[in-house]
Amino acid sequence: MAEVTGIKEIIKPENLVYKRTRVMTDDILHYCPGCGHGTVHRILAEIIEEEGLQSETIGISPVGCSVFLYNYLDIDCQEAAHGRAPALATAIKRLLPDKFVFTYQGDGDLAAIGTAETIHACNRGENILIIFINNGIYGMTGGQMAPTTLPGMKSSTSPFGRDVESMGNPLKMTEIVATLPGTYYVTRQSVHTPANVRKTKRAIRKAVQYQKLNKGTCFVEVVSNCPSNWKMTPVQSNKWMEENMFPFYPLGDLKNPDKQFAE
Amino acid sequence: MERELRLMKGNEAVAEAAIRAGVDGYFGYPITPQSEILEYLMEANPVETTGMIVLQAESEIAAINMVYGGAGCGKKVMTTSSSPGISLKQEGITYMAGAELPCLIVNVVRGGPGLGTIQPAQSDYFQAVKGGGHGDYHLIVLAPASVQEMADFVDLGFELAFKYRNPVMMLSDGAIGQMMEKVWLSPHKERSKTAPEWATTGKPPTRERNIITSLELDSDNQEKFNQKLLDKYNVIRENEVRFEEFQCDDAEYLFVAYGTSARICQKSVQIARSEGIKVGLLRAITLFPFPSKRISELADKVKLILSVEMSAGQMVEDVLLSVNGKIPVFHYGKMGGVVPTPDEVVTFLKSKIIGG
Repeated sequence: MAEVTGIKEIIKPENLVYKRTRVMTDDILHYCPGCGHGTVHRILAEIIEEEGLQSETIGISPVGCSVFLYNYLDIDCQEAAHGRAPALATAIKRLLPDKFVFTYQGDGDLAAIGTAETIHACNRGENILIIFINNGIYGMTGGQMAPTTLPGMKSSTSPFGRDVESMGNPLKMTEIVATLPGTYYVTRQSVHTPANVRKTKRAIRKAVQYQKLNKGTCFVEVVSNCPSNWKMTPVQSNKWMEENMFPFYPLGDLKNPDKQFAE
Repeated sequence: MERELRLMKGNEAVAEAAIRAGVDGYFGYPITPQSEILEYLMEANPVETTGMIVLQAESEIAAINMVYGGAGCGKKVMTTSSSPGISLKQEGITYMAGAELPCLIVNVVRGGPGLGTIQPAQSDYFQAVKGGGHGDYHLIVLAPASVQEMADFVDLGFELAFKYRNPVMMLSDGAIGQMMEKVWLSPHKERSKTAPEWATTGKPPTRERNIITSLELDSDNQEKFNQKLLDKYNVIRENEVRFEEFQCDDAEYLFVAYGTSARICQKSVQIARSEGIKVGLLRAITLFPFPSKRISELADKVKLILSVEMSAGQMVEDVLLSVNGKIPVFHYGKMGGVVPTPDEVVTFLKSKIIGG
């Protein structure tokens, strides 16, 4: 009891340096310890609050680990069929052009079953934000090989490692969409260190602001981890991600309108 | 504004009726024999007049999911296709049934299975009426038999879709879609400026967030939801049955048909009666809900029922269930895009009367 009293004494307005954004609900996140989803959710919620967009936002959750995005963000949301989020977003943004519309998709959803919807929404230059969480594996169904699984990487459907000869090569969707004239801002980030969390937040905030310009699709990939299905501790998974994922999926902007203007 | 009389194809009538009904968005993909709908709308460019969005999607799958997104915002949105394309849409349709989203889907049916033919058929009855996608659900299914009805059922379809928060399918066929007839077009309706309270339009501080989903991990809750859907379907069965009777009062024999087959049967009735055979026709206008009660009543009065369809025999199963063994029920049908003639129908009826 003494400890609780102690905490109460500490929680005073002058001592508060950080608080949870009110755009996140009281629901307990179902994500595994160390997973990046919670961090990206929080970043998104903070930006929605800071930009005053709660009443203007329509989010679309995918099929995959983040299917319950709508339980955690206090915004209007639609849950899409597997891979179809960019199609939903296309119609929503065209019918409600003043709203802020984003999709939140994993690698299986966006880069396998939803490849066509992703590429064509980007190619039409739909004024939406696509947030792409890439952890190289199907998380919710239990660790199967994803389109982004690295060569040689083990999964429950590539138990001897991904053999690119028979299973194909990992798909670099972010590089592909960056080549399309319809995309306006394409970047790849991560959330495994406080510095990277800040960079991702800057990237998503930029994308949110760009949407108001009606210049085309903004695409933010977040290379993330999956401690449970990679069968590692959270710390090990972040190290493995740095050593293996980042060389294949290098962080940074692939298409940055500010830089283009500067040049 | 006054009604307007035009000579149009069924497909064109759907497109024009959509603009006039105040539809907010149309999302389509080309497929024969219904591509005129998308072409007409692109040419009409209604975004300049009513603000209606028209978009050619990258696939039928994308088109129906665009409809899902728009419907989730409470908008009047629709898509059209023909049989192979409607198969591709089934994923989106079952998700919309599960998320209780209103929309209009038009199927200008052609012969199947597979790529099949491009000629008219009625072989998608099971798919339209019995589900089509996975899970326990029903669409409200309207069967037009004329260009006029293809136009009228756009408005009726949306009225029913929003009344019950349920997808509506207009089950037409390549004959009605392609043929030209005179059609009275309704005056323009304003597009709605308000959204239903369940729509995702951005959460104001004054209400809880709106979520459009068909997911429920708790099986007990899912069963409760299934029961809610079932209750809704039973209300629809009670209130929305539509059919038309043609010379049934003194009939000794009865045709049951819908769409193009019903038009053929209307002629068959005249031919048969000129030969002294007293036949009537029940034309089903709603296929779900099916006019079972009326067919059962008529089965107490007639000696024999002939279900006429351009299929291998699909609706006949619902006729059999309605009649429940009281009198003989036969099926007469042509398949693969072949349309029966009125005489062929009469000849078949006579063979069954003699045979019976």
